[in-house]
Amino acid sequence: MDSPVGHYYWIRNMLKINNLRASVEGKPILNGLSLEVNAGEVHAVMGPNGSGKSTLANVLAGRDQYEVTSGTVTFKGRELLEVEPEIRAREGLFLAFQYPVEIPGVSNVHMLKAALNAMRTHQGEKELDAVSFLKLIKEKAELVGMKQEFLYRAVNEGFSGGEKKRNEVLQMSLFEPLLSVLDETDSGLDIDALRIVAEGINSLRSPERAMLVVTHYQRLLDYIEPDFVHVLAHGRIIRSGGKELAIELEEHGYGWVEEHACTA
Amino acid sequence: MDKTETDMNEQIDTEEHLESLTQREYKEGFVTDIDADTLPPGLDEDIIRTISTKKEEPEFLLEWRLNAYRNWLKMREPDWPHLHYPKIDFQEISYFSAPKQKKLLDSLDEVDPKLLETYEKLGIPLDEQKALAGVKVAVDAVFDSVSVATTFKETLAEAGVIFCPLSEAVTDYPELVQQYLGSVVPPGDNYYAALNSAVYSEGSFVYVPKGVRCPMELSTYFRINAMNTGQFERTLIIADEDSYVSYLEGCTAPMRDENQLHAAVVELVAMKGAEIKYSTVQNWYPGDENGKGGIYNFVTKRGVCKGEGSKISWTQVETGSAITWKYPSVVLEGDNSVGEFYSVALTGNYQQADTGTKMVHVGKNARSTIISKGISAGHGQNSYRGLVKILKGAENARNYSQCDSLLMGDKCGAHTFPYIEVKNPDAVVEHEATTSKISEDQLFYCRQRGLSEEDAVSMIVNGFCKEVFKELPMEFAVEAQKLLSISLEGAVG
Repeated sequence: MDSPVGHYYWIRNMLKINNLRASVEGKPILNGLSLEVNAGEVHAVMGPNGSGKSTLANVLAGRDQYEVTSGTVTFKGRELLEVEPEIRAREGLFLAFQYPVEIPGVSNVHMLKAALNAMRTHQGEKELDAVSFLKLIKEKAELVGMKQEFLYRAVNEGFSGGEKKRNEVLQMSLFEPLLSVLDETDSGLDIDALRIVAEGINSLRSPERAMLVVTHYQRLLDYIEPDFVHVLAHGRIIRSGGKELAIELEEHGYGWVEEHACTA
Repeated sequence: MDKTETDMNEQIDTEEHLESLTQREYKEGFVTDIDADTLPPGLDEDIIRTISTKKEEPEFLLEWRLNAYRNWLKMREPDWPHLHYPKIDFQEISYFSAPKQKKLLDSLDEVDPKLLETYEKLGIPLDEQKALAGVKVAVDAVFDSVSVATTFKETLAEAGVIFCPLSEAVTDYPELVQQYLGSVVPPGDNYYAALNSAVYSEGSFVYVPKGVRCPMELSTYFRINAMNTGQFERTLIIADEDSYVSYLEGCTAPMRDENQLHAAVVELVAMKGAEIKYSTVQNWYPGDENGKGGIYNFVTKRGVCKGEGSKISWTQVETGSAITWKYPSVVLEGDNSVGEFYSVALTGNYQQADTGTKMVHVGKNARSTIISKGISAGHGQNSYRGLVKILKGAENARNYSQCDSLLMGDKCGAHTFPYIEVKNPDAVVEHEATTSKISEDQLFYCRQRGLSEEDAVSMIVNGFCKEVFKELPMEFAVEAQKLLSISLEGAVG
């Protein structure tokens, strides 16, 4: 598709992963993974530790240490894998990190403003000035239940696990990405935080956006109802289904799906 | 807007990143083509007499210079710094250069337009009318060996503040100069201070009378222009009882293949209850990416907290020079006095810096703080060298030192040489040191948020330096951040 970049165009084919193989430090992790995500859909990717969930998220975001050995990925109909990480981000691909990093001395607002304006510039929009930005970020902070003082603290520095995740969701709701990849955003959250974070995520659901929710546990899916659930094992998707698959998983565990997949 | 909101806006503005990363080179590297009166290279007593005559100095100053020179001849160039450079031939340097002008200037209108243009290009406001629109900073502009203009002199005079070229002070306030010149850094203090004392040609003089809070920032802007010329300026600031002054210093030089020597001396005197805040953004030409050219910067800066409850604070951002050798120090004579040193030193390409401070506790209950941030990139070598000395009578002394090093790449180096001498058992001296690298994780995180790698590095480094930048006056802080970003260009990857 040759449509202009921008959040205003409805692009049906958001993400198309075809037979993707990737390795980390020479060790194969993804072994022929295929997945299609269309606009308006929320996909959950579930799997046990070491199944390749985080690798998938990082490959999509373009992290260096993850080496793609074969396969293709298109984002909005265009080849993704050769694109620099910052360009992917500016094009509307967002990764909510499993372990958000601390950046001492750089205040949250400062980084978020620089980031948002980098994206806006890329999309041909005017940069936001400090006043408009503050107004916007305060609204968003309220939406995800973040205290304002966190906006002025150094990025993630001294944040608890839950606060860091909340900060990720804050960024997501600020950037309004076309495709959000959430890498175990639920881990380390207590139930109240989980609910607020899920509300933040749900508020972004819309016909022109898509989400890929990577999680180990079913409990996040109590709050974010997926359209599709995929089970990842040994670097490939072994089973796909509707939201009921998540419930089955919860009941029977991953071993059951793997067995089931082998005999099927 | 409520107050916190205003603060927050300011916070964002101060932190605001360099958006125009367009100026990729040393933009101050131009040469002003101007007729100059330059002495031939070489150094002997005749040269010193000539300088003294040119400056129409009183006899005592000539004697003072000659003494310093005779001392210097007996001294050896220090070999202890962690610096490597070819031996300097002091006979190849010219010790005086001044733009030609026919008579004494009465107003700015009479300054050579080429000089005005030079400072305009550098963004230094010499036109008071223009400056009025913005933030008020009084500027003394020193071009090679002479001061070309000092602004806001009258406004300052109303408050009783004296701000003028040192040579003018020698004529107008000889007692003050005679009393204090060399009182903090004696002519024989060290090799470079002795050389400076013998040949210094210009600098700024500040006197803030009792109880006066200087109504504006004072600033001296040093510019080396002439080729093969050393710059030897000397600054003397006296803050009388219960006064306050904030002083800024900036410096640039043209790009040249040859190294040029800069050996300055700065002396600060703070009387009882007085406070001096001295900020430097040092941006002398650092040499090219192969280490060719650049300024050799050998500077002695020292302040004495003479009176009770006085305070001296040094803040420096050192991004320029091929070689930096400086240790802005505080002698805490007064009881309850405070000494501070905040430093960011960046060495990229083949730059070398050996910098730090000395805090000498003499009086009782004195406190000193040292925050040093060293950034090494390319083949840069960065050393922190600091002395904390607690004398026997310095009861209840407190010192806190923090030295953080940031390494970028694997060809650079960071070194820390802390010296601690404690003669009084009450003293509490703390020293913390860290060395880190910009992590892949941090870079990737920023890039995933749409920031280019260069902007990400610049943001992370600025964050690393924040504790120091926040000590700088606002406009200077912004300038320092820009400078850092430009200096970091190409340091990644």
